[in-house]
Amino acid sequence: MSATAATLELPVAGLDHDRRPGLARLTGVELRKMVDTRAGFWLQLFNLGLMIAFVVVALILADAQDRTFQDLMWIALWPASSLLPIVGVLLISSEWSQRTSLITFALVPRRTRVLAAKLGAALILSVVMLATALAIAAVGTVVAGPSVDGTWSLPPEMLGQAVVYMTTSFIMGLAFGAMFLTSAPAIVLYSLLPGGWALLSTIPALEVPARWLDNAHTLTPMADHVLSGTEWARAGTTLALWVLLPAVIGAWRVIHDEV
Amino acid sequence: MIESQNLTKSFGGRTVVNDVSFRVEPGTVTGFLGANGAGKTTTLRMLSGLSEPDSGQAVVLGGRYRDLANPGRRVGILLDAAAQHDGRRGREALIVSAQMMGVDPRRVDGLLDLVGLDRSAARKRVRHYSLGMRQRLGLAHALLGDPQVLILDEPANGLDPPGMRWMRELLRDFADRGGSVLLSSHLLHEVEALADRLVIIDVGRIVAEGSRAELLAGAGTLVIAPDEAALRAALDAANLPARPARDGGFIVDAEQEDVGRAALAGGVVVSRIGPSGGSGLEQLFFDLTKPLEAIA
Repeated sequence: MSATAATLELPVAGLDHDRRPGLARLTGVELRKMVDTRAGFWLQLFNLGLMIAFVVVALILADAQDRTFQDLMWIALWPASSLLPIVGVLLISSEWSQRTSLITFALVPRRTRVLAAKLGAALILSVVMLATALAIAAVGTVVAGPSVDGTWSLPPEMLGQAVVYMTTSFIMGLAFGAMFLTSAPAIVLYSLLPGGWALLSTIPALEVPARWLDNAHTLTPMADHVLSGTEWARAGTTLALWVLLPAVIGAWRVIHDEV
Repeated sequence: MIESQNLTKSFGGRTVVNDVSFRVEPGTVTGFLGANGAGKTTTLRMLSGLSEPDSGQAVVLGGRYRDLANPGRRVGILLDAAAQHDGRRGREALIVSAQMMGVDPRRVDGLLDLVGLDRSAARKRVRHYSLGMRQRLGLAHALLGDPQVLILDEPANGLDPPGMRWMRELLRDFADRGGSVLLSSHLLHEVEALADRLVIIDVGRIVAEGSRAELLAGAGTLVIAPDEAALRAALDAANLPARPARDGGFIVDAEQEDVGRAALAGGVVVSRIGPSGGSGLEQLFFDLTKPLEAIA
């Protein structure tokens, strides 16, 4: 059939046939996958809306001294840090639930490369979200115009903590997605497990471990002040339990599971 | 070129694929036939590097699939037309893969035309696709990287008769340009008209392999006589194993000449004698892939 023949000679220019797709390319693809499905698109838009809404509400309700640039940045980050992990979960679990892993791993048989690309995409989106939060907070600060000391101050340490906070919550989502490979349980347990742990810590005997392993205790100070060495150690311990361990288990599953 | 070398795979103690060997040469279409659960999909998954064989080798284009630098540009795979994100638009699904393998995105629109998904279909989310539309999208996806080899699992499933005819032409054309095609089916008539070679698998083992003519050569002779009882007696007298054919007459496991001699010896008038043809192939496929209990 001549029509077929002609169409099969469509442009294929680009890389030559035997060049491995680079990590930058794969990371770009993963970023695209976060927004090109219906769920992904609305989740991102909803997230952006919430970030703005939270700042608007704070401008209306909060006292002047709580409307500094830094305060508003953390307020804008709050919904993002809750929703981004869900994007992270879906970035991995949907490959299984929608079975697109068949395509992804057929095109990139080395699964560690796919994982690296997803991690890279998560880091980039975290930073984009942080930049968005900074922009929203800046507009909010101009509008609110609180004439208090340090209205615009943002110590580099605090910015660093914001980066750590955002990226680790995103990666925790990825890790839970990889650990369960199904969306619903991953999202539910992601939301419940650390909280359930916080509940356990009300038992006196568990109070000390809780101080080291409970998100609410160890990570929230990041939004409040520059962490001390001990506080960093606690935050690190918590992250090892809730991010690193699930990430290791998850990576093992993604690499070894039949698709 | 595709080569399955003694591929073997077990799941939970059950051997799903057992010492399966065959080759698909460039320029040919090979039909991989077997009942559901015979081990077709598992074999194709091992060839595509998605599943690790317990033993044996899956060779694609001279090496392991997973060692291909950019496999999508060499091998087009369609293992499951349903394996697309429901919430992604058809065109976008192709764009994502094009980006992954470094294919010019302009090729996507050409391929959508080629497989008969128009603009409105391409804009729809895959959730709203019929099975036939998913197969078309899957075929476009397999062709996206301009590959030399196609591995397709039940690609005709869900296609209407015009769709099947279109697919046959597409794959024939692909093979005629030097490509290697391996496609599986559980229905003989889907691949019979298209495949140069057939590989029949049953309960994890290859039970027959060859061109249509080669398989038919072993499928016996069809003989028809007005007086069936007399013909039967003549065949029995000559010790020729025969079974009733679907549309009358008998299929005899013997050369035409021997059957003719038997009829002559029995003094039976024969109205037709010849290779068993399509009905023989169908019977062969049916016999070969019969459930084990039925054979025993």
